[in-house]
Amino acid sequence: MTSQSTLAIEATGLVKVFGDTRAVDGVDLAVRSGSVYGVLGPNGAGKTTTIRMLATLIRPDGGSARVLGHDIVQEPGAVRRAVSLTGQLASVDEDLTGRENLILLGRLLGLRRNAAKTRAAELLEAFGLAEAAGRMVKNYSGGMRRRLDVAASIVVTPQLMFLDEPTTGLDPRSRNQVWGIIRALVAEGTTILLCTQYLEEADQLADGIAVIDHGKVIAEGTPGQLKASVGTGALHVRLLDPEQRPQAEQLIGRALGAVHLEPDLAALSVQCSDAGRAAEAVAELSRSGIGVADFSLGQPSLDEVFLALTGHPAENDSDQQPDAIAEEQPA
Amino acid sequence: MSTPATEASLMTEADEAAVRKAISSTSRPPTASPLSAAFTFGWRGMLKVKHVPEQLLDVTITPVMFVLMFTYLFGGAVAGSTGAYLDYILPGVLVMSVLFTTVYSGVALNTDLTKGVVDRFRSLPIWRPSPLVGSLLGDSVRYLVAGTVIIVLGVALGYRPDAGVGGVLAALALVVVFAFGLSWVFTTLGLLLRSPNAVMNAGFMGIFPLTFLSNVFVDPSTLPAGLEAFVNVNPISILANASRGLMEGTASAADIGIVLATAAVLTAVFAPLTTRLYRRG
Ligand SMILES: Nc1ncnc2c1ncn2[C@@H]1O[C@H](COP(=O)(O)OP(=O)(O)OP(=O)(O)O)[C@@H](O)[C@H]1O
Ligand SMILES: [Mg+2]
Repeated sequence: MTSQSTLAIEATGLVKVFGDTRAVDGVDLAVRSGSVYGVLGPNGAGKTTTIRMLATLIRPDGGSARVLGHDIVQEPGAVRRAVSLTGQLASVDEDLTGRENLILLGRLLGLRRNAAKTRAAELLEAFGLAEAAGRMVKNYSGGMRRRLDVAASIVVTPQLMFLDEPTTGLDPRSRNQVWGIIRALVAEGTTILLCTQYLEEADQLADGIAVIDHGKVIAEGTPGQLKASVGTGALHVRLLDPEQRPQAEQLIGRALGAVHLEPDLAALSVQCSDAGRAAEAVAELSRSGIGVADFSLGQPSLDEVFLALTGHPAENDSDQQPDAIAEEQPA
Repeated sequence: MSTPATEASLMTEADEAAVRKAISSTSRPPTASPLSAAFTFGWRGMLKVKHVPEQLLDVTITPVMFVLMFTYLFGGAVAGSTGAYLDYILPGVLVMSVLFTTVYSGVALNTDLTKGVVDRFRSLPIWRPSPLVGSLLGDSVRYLVAGTVIIVLGVALGYRPDAGVGGVLAALALVVVFAFGLSWVFTTLGLLLRSPNAVMNAGFMGIFPLTFLSNVFVDPSTLPAGLEAFVNVNPISILANASRGLMEGTASAADIGIVLATAAVLTAVFAPLTTRLYRRG
């Protein structure tokens, strides 16, 4: 068993090369036991390849990693005994029923026939799949499939769980259900490595985040640190009437500085961390007869952080560069 | 001031409590033994037959058609009478039917690989070849079914093997053992080729000519010398001879020995190859 203070995952300089592609190009990770660690990156960043190395499905071409204290190359068996994997493609058997899938895994993990059946029933019930238990998985909705997939990963509770884009393609309702399940897992002490393309997902669930792009970690920190690195917070305003935006831009610009016009024709935002001055500016809008649909003052979204870090055009204030928390700035 | 509202979780407290309880209520059992893991995968194979019976249908209908067509169309011409010809081809078609089924082992493995489920299997703490060994054990049941269909059809058409039930069972067992060995060739193909269809095409491109250039349908002594020589050393001919022999009570130990040895060699070469490819993923 690992104690709270130890690292569940400790990776140094992981490399995986496919032909000409350096899919993973020197990734370092340090994931505390009991935490949720988010690996955030766009398509092709190397998230899945990293997970597949850590879960001992493929051998790294360079670097090393210990998972729950076991070297992934020297002791793959010990790693497999303590982790479970929910892959990017639903890792369940479509030609079997939900119940059969869970019994299958229970048996493979060493449960006796009856114990496997009981466990399957218990999980199906807990994950809201009891009614669909006897249906073939190929007839499940995306959300049901994902829930079954996660259930399959905890037939025997793992110490560490790899989750590869668990909510990609799900509607908001199913996504929330999966998030609820992940939170429950964390509450029970499971460490989770979560790969995602959704900034909101990492923000909602993760204690620590590594942003990766082109196989490299380009920034690392808590969601708060990442946001802070982009600079101050921002006031977001949406107007009732898009026609009035030029006027609003002038007013707010005078009060708070350079205004950013959002793609949404009724929306604009401005860098500002002082709630008092922001309130003043909004009040000024109303006094001038500009209807405000809604407004908010918050830290910059992870979206903005991400875009700033990966060098893609950031939506807000693209001249603002992130501060020093980035571990390996791209050249 | 308002901050962006976080969407309320639609999962109720009760749901989360149930999930938490489900998570906390297990302790890790000792890992499954290799045998138990393999049998579990065999069980999975049989469930698939139950849920997707079409596959089995595909591979049994063709041989059934062959039996009917060849017996009634060519029986008179080739062997003088339909009854005599049925005696000749039935064991052969049994061989063909089961061997065709082996191609599907490779197809099924390739299909698995295109899905995410193999990644999960490979991440489990189980004996590494167990998914493969297990699938082939499950497939062996499929081979038995395919073989049984042909035998039942034969009996319905009037086939009465001299060696009786025992002989028929021995022949069936021999064919299934050979098929087990041969199916490793197709699982290797299944891991090398890109799509299930490619495996199917390549598989049948190999097995089809081999079956027709054997003594399954015609007595090789009627063939041109060069072809006859090939047909006589074709392992499928030897297997067909051995099963005819077992069914008629005239089996030669040499034929049976060659069949078993071929199966052993195929397994010895292609099973490790398959396992290596599967592990590499
Ligand atoms: N088996 C493979 N053979 C060749 N190239 C591969 C292989 N697996 C991944 N790659 C390449 O490696 C790079 C990283 O892929 P990876 O799947 O790890 O990205 P990802 O971050 O998971 O992306 P996504 O969000 O699309 O899932 C990509 O350029 C991909 O094309
Ligand atoms: Mg991926």
